[in-house]
Amino acid sequence: MYKIVTKKFLNPTVVQMEIESPLVAKKAKPGQFIILRVDADGERIPLTVAGTDPERGTTKIIFQVVGTSTEKLKHKEQGEFIADFVGPLGVATHTEGIKRVCIVGGGVGCAIAMPVAQEFHKLGAEVTSIIGFRNKDLLILEDEFKACSDRLEVMTDDGSYGRHGNVTVPLKEMLEEDPNRFDLIITIGPLIMMKFVVLAAKPFGVPVTVSMNPIMIDGTGMCGGCRLSLIQDGKRVMKFACVDGPDFNGYEVDFDEAMSRSRQYFDFERHSHEDTCNLFKKEVA
Amino acid sequence: MPNMSTKKHVMPTQDPEVRACNFLEVATGYTLEDAVSEAERCLHCPTKPCVSGCPVHINIPEFIEHVKKQEFEEAYKVISESSSLPAVCGRVCPQESQCECYCIRGKGSMPKKDANGQIVKDENGKPVMEKSEGVAIGRLERFVADYHNANNKEKPVKPAPNGHKVAIIGSGPSGLTCAGDLAKLGFKVTVFEALHVAGGVLVYGIPEFRLPKAIVQKEVDNLKALDVDIETNVVIGKTLTVDELFEEGYEAVYIGSGAGLPKFMNIPGEGLKGVLSANEFLTRINLMKAYKGDVDTPVNHSKRVAVVGGGNVAMDAARSARRLGGDVTIIYRRTKDELPARAEEVEHAMEEGIKFAFLTNPTQINGDENGNVKSITCIKMELGEPDASGRRRPVEVPNSNFDIEVDEVIMSLGTSPNPLIKSTTAGLDTQKWGGIIADEETGLTSREHVYAGGDAVTGAATVILAMGAGKKAAAAIAKDLLGE
Repeated sequence: MYKIVTKKFLNPTVVQMEIESPLVAKKAKPGQFIILRVDADGERIPLTVAGTDPERGTTKIIFQVVGTSTEKLKHKEQGEFIADFVGPLGVATHTEGIKRVCIVGGGVGCAIAMPVAQEFHKLGAEVTSIIGFRNKDLLILEDEFKACSDRLEVMTDDGSYGRHGNVTVPLKEMLEEDPNRFDLIITIGPLIMMKFVVLAAKPFGVPVTVSMNPIMIDGTGMCGGCRLSLIQDGKRVMKFACVDGPDFNGYEVDFDEAMSRSRQYFDFERHSHEDTCNLFKKEVA
Repeated sequence: MPNMSTKKHVMPTQDPEVRACNFLEVATGYTLEDAVSEAERCLHCPTKPCVSGCPVHINIPEFIEHVKKQEFEEAYKVISESSSLPAVCGRVCPQESQCECYCIRGKGSMPKKDANGQIVKDENGKPVMEKSEGVAIGRLERFVADYHNANNKEKPVKPAPNGHKVAIIGSGPSGLTCAGDLAKLGFKVTVFEALHVAGGVLVYGIPEFRLPKAIVQKEVDNLKALDVDIETNVVIGKTLTVDELFEEGYEAVYIGSGAGLPKFMNIPGEGLKGVLSANEFLTRINLMKAYKGDVDTPVNHSKRVAVVGGGNVAMDAARSARRLGGDVTIIYRRTKDELPARAEEVEHAMEEGIKFAFLTNPTQINGDENGNVKSITCIKMELGEPDASGRRRPVEVPNSNFDIEVDEVIMSLGTSPNPLIKSTTAGLDTQKWGGIIADEETGLTSREHVYAGGDAVTGAATVILAMGAGKKAAAAIAKDLLGE
């Protein structure tokens, strides 16, 4: 059992928790993930590490309530326990030799992008961050990004905060101004956003790393559920996000296939989430 | 007087039509009378060929002798001297290619007798001969283990600690065996398991209807009673490394991390929705208990399912898909005779209505406009010259392509080794294909005090071979640390 040491809502559907997990806290690096199970019959869900405190032995996770397991987790309180917490899994984000980096985060993906931005800042790189949200109410982590970025652009789809438009707008502007301004673009967020970030960067030839978050069960290279296709030299190559990723070269990822596969259990998940919500409503009533 | 019946006592099973709709154990086990009568078929021949066929050399005739005399606890003790997991092996070992195939009762044929014991004759008045069957050693082993588990009240005696610490990576059959043997010698053993529950493939891979999880849990509990610590949720190579285990005071490490990444065919369409590995399908059903329906992990209940492959895992996947309501076809590129699965599993699968497309190989998977699987295109094969494995190589019959309409494709083609430990352990040599190189007799790897066995070394193999490797390594580790 793993104790929830702190819990905080970042917006109505995004929750931040620190989980007691000394071994993970000691090891985890930005870009890696953990797998947790809320309770005995729960799913194993992967969540990217949003920070660690090795001295207190805690690992920070930030999640958006999207389905049954995250709904259940949202209802867990500080001081309560979750059944399982294992990691750190996956390969940490490569930082060597990068002097000028652009971090492009979308929605709850910003929670994953934040520790990556912080790491580059700590290493002395020049950090430009572009974070995008649907609207002002969903904005998270603005102060944290401000603190670790040399330049920050906040975008909203409806213009209710920051600039109006999606994350590719300022990215294109910056690249048009100076195509050589970044050694690397790292993008973390919805698949469709990452696909468009890659398309936006392509004419300028800037390397793009994308962080993939496919369906996963064990997270250790056993089930193969997290597989995705890279196109390398015209050839389709199968990779496993849990052991080969989660970071991949954005120009190689077959996003259309990844988007299709991510919706595999969509109907089941929607019904299951509705049932869970009804259950919690009953408990409240 | 021995029982001279040419046939084994039939294993009682659930009716195929009933069991194809549930996940309860298929084979319900011998009764006491069945067991004693089957034991009486053993002739106690002096050469004991069965023993040499057993990878862990159980003294088979001796335990069978105890069964004959209804001394079941004595029989259990004999098996336990060589095997740590008798209730498991009695269920999942391929006895027909190990102990039982060497049994002299299975040699030659005998005149067939009718229900009244009269010799059946053909139209020319000659006796009808039928092929004899070896003694049902596996079924007797299972009976003895189940008897012990149901009746034994004695707690295992904790041996005096010898002061040495050993770490075991993986709680599958190999790791559990190694842990048990070392604990009995007084070693302080910690087993590290990556998943949230101990048992490895016995829990995530082999379905409930073939190996009830309560049996695995019992074996794990027995180890805990011997003071073995089981640390779940620790991925060696990630959470901790092998070197850190030594820093923490472990004096030897046994790597029994099992098989790894599932193989796919590298044919078009494998990225479609509804294509998955047998590992994923079985993990959802077994480990995550998706067959129960009231858990959070989803699994597809597909109407028409193709399972590609012919091993035990393919049978398990096919029979699980059948139980979820699917019309299931196993696609295998050779013939029935080459199926690597246990004979009993193939038989059970056929009884349950699973279709087999032999001499057939998929060439591509086709999807609909939403990216869901709608059919699988296959090509007919024929057997050509023998290949390196001695089996005749299947070759394509030109222009014999045809489609099978399916909505799910489960790939069961084996696995390639997991890279996590290899990539984080300096000086640990591996084969070109990724398997850890370990001495066959001791399990010792290229690193001092680091041992390995099971699928991590051999690639996908059987439970009993993994157990055998765990046993040998336990003996070698004891010698290494105690200097005997």
